[in-house]
Amino acid sequence: MSRVPLPYNPKILELFRNPKNLGRMEDATVTAVAGNPTCGDMITFYLKINDQDVIEKASFESYGCAANIATSSIVTEMVKGMKLEDAWNISWKSVVDAVGGLPSIKFHCGILAVGALKRAIRTYYKNKGFSPDWLPKEPSFEEKQALEEEELAEMLSKRMKIEEEK
Amino acid sequence: MIENVKELLKAHEGLKREVYLDVENSSAVPQEVVDAMLPYYNQRAYGNPTLTHKPGWEAFETVMESAQKIAMFLGCETLEEVNFTPGETEANNVALLGAALLRKDKGKKIVISEIEPLSVLHVAEMLQKRGFTIVKIPVDNEGFINLEKLRGAVDKETVLVSLSAVNHEIGTVEPISEALEIVKDKNSETLFHTDASDAYGKIQFNVKGLDVDLATISSYKILGPRGTGALYVKEGVKVERILEGQIGTQKLWPGVENTPLIVGFAKASELAFQNFEENVNRMRRLRDRLMDGIVGKIPEVMLNGPRGDKRAPDNVNVSFLRCEGEALTIELSLNGVYVSSGSACTRRLLQPSHVLVAIGRKFSEAHGSILMKVTRYHAEEDIDYVLGVVPKAVERIRGIVGSTGVE
Repeated sequence: MSRVPLPYNPKILELFRNPKNLGRMEDATVTAVAGNPTCGDMITFYLKINDQDVIEKASFESYGCAANIATSSIVTEMVKGMKLEDAWNISWKSVVDAVGGLPSIKFHCGILAVGALKRAIRTYYKNKGFSPDWLPKEPSFEEKQALEEEELAEMLSKRMKIEEEK
Repeated sequence: MIENVKELLKAHEGLKREVYLDVENSSAVPQEVVDAMLPYYNQRAYGNPTLTHKPGWEAFETVMESAQKIAMFLGCETLEEVNFTPGETEANNVALLGAALLRKDKGKKIVISEIEPLSVLHVAEMLQKRGFTIVKIPVDNEGFINLEKLRGAVDKETVLVSLSAVNHEIGTVEPISEALEIVKDKNSETLFHTDASDAYGKIQFNVKGLDVDLATISSYKILGPRGTGALYVKEGVKVERILEGQIGTQKLWPGVENTPLIVGFAKASELAFQNFEENVNRMRRLRDRLMDGIVGKIPEVMLNGPRGDKRAPDNVNVSFLRCEGEALTIELSLNGVYVSSGSACTRRLLQPSHVLVAIGRKFSEAHGSILMKVTRYHAEEDIDYVLGVVPKAVERIRGIVGSTGVE
């Protein structure tokens, strides 16, 4: 076991210092959240989607480390102008590549960002009451991971409460 | 990876001022200490202190004189009570493993607190795997150990109690004297160890007056060089070595003594204890200026640990709500303020600082914590610079957080 130093690359540093598409979107078509403050890792995505199922605008807010901020920001850049079907196919690996690579212990930041994006897309169609053929019924890898992280947070919080009561 | 580091360092160019406050994790060694050490690398006493030649005898003299100085500051009966080790981690390992394994036939229970440093906590967990029972005494919301729980925990099976004199993260000055009395009252055979790394040179701490059996002290925590420390072992108390090798002058640690580091440790001790009151008062003033400035200037901030005399004179630990600690340490670094955080963010889904959790901080509060330690070398201008930088940094990070994660 060893502790990994975190020499973030220039792209991450730049996105950390000057995040693109930061902030709440008042006229968002759909909003999705992934992660939990208990884990120190949480993202909110805001998407503005037009009638042709194209993402016109995307923005984010992030409670998390520099890698979390950078991956969230880059996802909002990547999806701008994209059809939802194409946005659905963004993989966490391509997000990691887009920020110029991440230390492996920070891969989950990219996974969480894509998890939040996929939740947003799912929520959009759920609200519309219609599911396109390309949208899988089963949760994707990233959605499962996000859920797992949230469940772990829930479990840790519960365990703390039990210990407090003792 | 190395290219990334170069770029990160470049991003720091042109800073107006730099203030290092991460003494918990490492520190700059003052020039006077470096100057004291240098001759021992190649001018004198570079021999092995156990050997029969002039540089060896010089080294023996030097190591013994250094031990003597530290023995005096600690209040030891003899200099043999000072056992040099490569640091706090090693001294704590020797104290726990070396004392417990020797006594395993007498009992297999060890009592520590919930807020011990990892070099106590993890070693205790290692002993647990080898059949020992570990009891962790809880603390209150300022980090003071629960003495009643301690009284209840110590029994005839208890071979060792290990409690820090001053908590390394939140600066709580523990009631060690009362704890010791309770432990010895319950079982006079139980050994009492204290990690005094954050007490030595910072609060009144004297092994003679206190009568503990074992005490750890560390060089870098008093601005000496890294790589050396000591375990005080009261005369007559038996502790086993945990590593074997060439036997040197040090009973508890094998191998060749690192004379320059030991000299640096002794010099750093001298500087800390010379004008002790003045040094401590200076640190306390700087601490309060920093602490009150942050708590007074920034909304939604919590102080971790107690105020006043029951807090180490150098320690400031605060939690910024709606703010993630790792992001904040980077933002502060880019502005020349160097601190650490109790956030879990350096490892996947790992829990944040166990000390902050033990005093009842929620995880989200612990993730937004910042630990700072002032030294007598800081100027008021340094503190004021920090007080100018921190509010802006917190505001920027909170701006990224927005409404995310608001409970």
